[in-house]
Amino acid sequence: MTTRRSLASIIVLAATLAGLVLAPVPVRGQVPASRSTSTTKTWTPPRTPDGQPDLQGVYANATLTPLERPKGLGAKEFYTEHEFAELMKRIQQGIVPEEADLGNAAPQDVRYDLSLYGFDLTKATLASNRRTSLIVGPEGVVPPMLPEARKRNAERAAKNKGHEFDSYENRPLQERCILMAQERIPMLPGAADNNLLQIVEGPGYVVLLHEIDHSTRVIPTDGRPHISQKIREYQGDSVGHWEGNTLVVDTTNFTDLTAFRGSGEKLHLVERFSRPDEKTLLYQFTVEDPATWDKPWTAEIPMAKAQGPVYEWACHEGNYDEFVTILRGARVAEEEAARKAAK
Amino acid sequence: MYRLGHIVLAGALCLAALPAWSQTAAHRAPRTADGKPNLNGIWQALNSADWDLQGHAAAQGPVYALGAVFSIPPGLSVVEGDEIPYLPAAAAKQKENRANWVKLDPEVKCYLPGVPRATYLPYPFQIVQSRENIMMVYEYAGAVRTINMGAPTKAPADSWMGWSNGHWEGETLVVDVTSQNADTWFDRAGDFHSEALHVVERYTPRSADILNYEATIEDPKVFSRPWKISMPLYRRVEKDARLLEYKCVEFTEELLYGPLRKKASK
Repeated sequence: MTTRRSLASIIVLAATLAGLVLAPVPVRGQVPASRSTSTTKTWTPPRTPDGQPDLQGVYANATLTPLERPKGLGAKEFYTEHEFAELMKRIQQGIVPEEADLGNAAPQDVRYDLSLYGFDLTKATLASNRRTSLIVGPEGVVPPMLPEARKRNAERAAKNKGHEFDSYENRPLQERCILMAQERIPMLPGAADNNLLQIVEGPGYVVLLHEIDHSTRVIPTDGRPHISQKIREYQGDSVGHWEGNTLVVDTTNFTDLTAFRGSGEKLHLVERFSRPDEKTLLYQFTVEDPATWDKPWTAEIPMAKAQGPVYEWACHEGNYDEFVTILRGARVAEEEAARKAAK
Repeated sequence: MYRLGHIVLAGALCLAALPAWSQTAAHRAPRTADGKPNLNGIWQALNSADWDLQGHAAAQGPVYALGAVFSIPPGLSVVEGDEIPYLPAAAAKQKENRANWVKLDPEVKCYLPGVPRATYLPYPFQIVQSRENIMMVYEYAGAVRTINMGAPTKAPADSWMGWSNGHWEGETLVVDVTSQNADTWFDRAGDFHSEALHVVERYTPRSADILNYEATIEDPKVFSRPWKISMPLYRRVEKDARLLEYKCVEFTEELLYGPLRKKASK
């Protein structure tokens, strides 16, 4: 739907306001696990008629948990049951605790009535667990970027500086509808809208349809190798296999423009999908890139079973007027500046 | 089970595409684990229908610099009776579309293709069958649609790829497509429709590696009667065949936004 694209700026605003954290909302579909993910062994996922573990359904990745652990929590990876319950209570009352780093979600004046656009956050489906950050491990943050990677990214940014509006090529991939921020894999939670993931399984394949910009991956699970390294793709090449009830997806062949949090083309992504209980899809990913970080890092995002359908999200089709306005605005400003200078 | 009516109908209708239909009934497709005809695979049309659904001779392409490389290949009609029954006003609009196709064709701009055009674009697409849904994933522009195989549901809104409800009739997957917006075309020859478009597609296995594809097209605002296209779809049988990324947006940007590029300072 083209109308959705015209809301993109509002979505971005909402995401900016909320950070990775949503405003006060009732939480449901919480992972009851006391520690990590795979502790819930009592529930066995159903099987497809082919005998594959059945992960099918529509899931939402909205969460209250920040990607990186708030400073001050140190190596504390999990809240206690009591702390988590208290935290939820305070969040629901609109009292945003500092330790959860919910600063951006603190009540503030918003110029947009988000409920108008179906962004009523009280209706969002959430799956949060007691983790203090989505990134797992004692550190709970993205490892420091290697000097060479910082240099690479700084050079790229410097090259574009002062030329941001020169041409379409200077605009971010997101704005050009080539690769939306939330469309990127691994899939990080974002604003409340367009965060649906639909999983459909056929013989030898799993389809992952991500609502944002109708981003679809058809993942073979027959053990085939990656395509030739000569073929580079924004979303990389994904191949999968089953480990017990877990789907493991391995992705390489990224472009150097994919740049997940500053990564280069050697980015290697391993994603794991499993169902710890009937209402939850547990999404874990590990990224490594020896040209960007000195070690791999892993995050874990519970997704809650959600109501479909997944809407069509057509970005480019509705982008023309907005994009032309951005470039034309820059050209008009230049003409005006030139006229002034000539006087 | 075949319904006799369909065989008779198919037989009666196969005036143009004779070989395709006369053999349909003989083939019984392999079954999926839940007992449905197994259409899983990567498929592709092998014709020039995307250039023009109707019969057309070879012609000079729009970019002279590309010479023989991107000129228009000839093709037999995939339209039953080789005539698209336009209403008079619509016929005039189609002519105008054809005359300005490079400027007006949504495919040139990498817009989502709609149905049935997605099927016979010169790119493969993949069918992935589950019990509840059948996914059709197209290489072109990463287009996708989810065919609901349960009780038919209604579209929440119009969209580029429309709303698909499917069911099985013997060997045939029948897909009813509604709620497509008016912005897609049928081909590069300017053939078009309105938002009243209703398409019924039929995918029938003809042999292990061939499907017969048929689409009945109805749009009372544009056509005087329903009309039908049919063609075979071939399985991509190469080892490890798969869809690759064809994000064509970036190939359209110079066309769409190039004129707004900053001019070199004097």
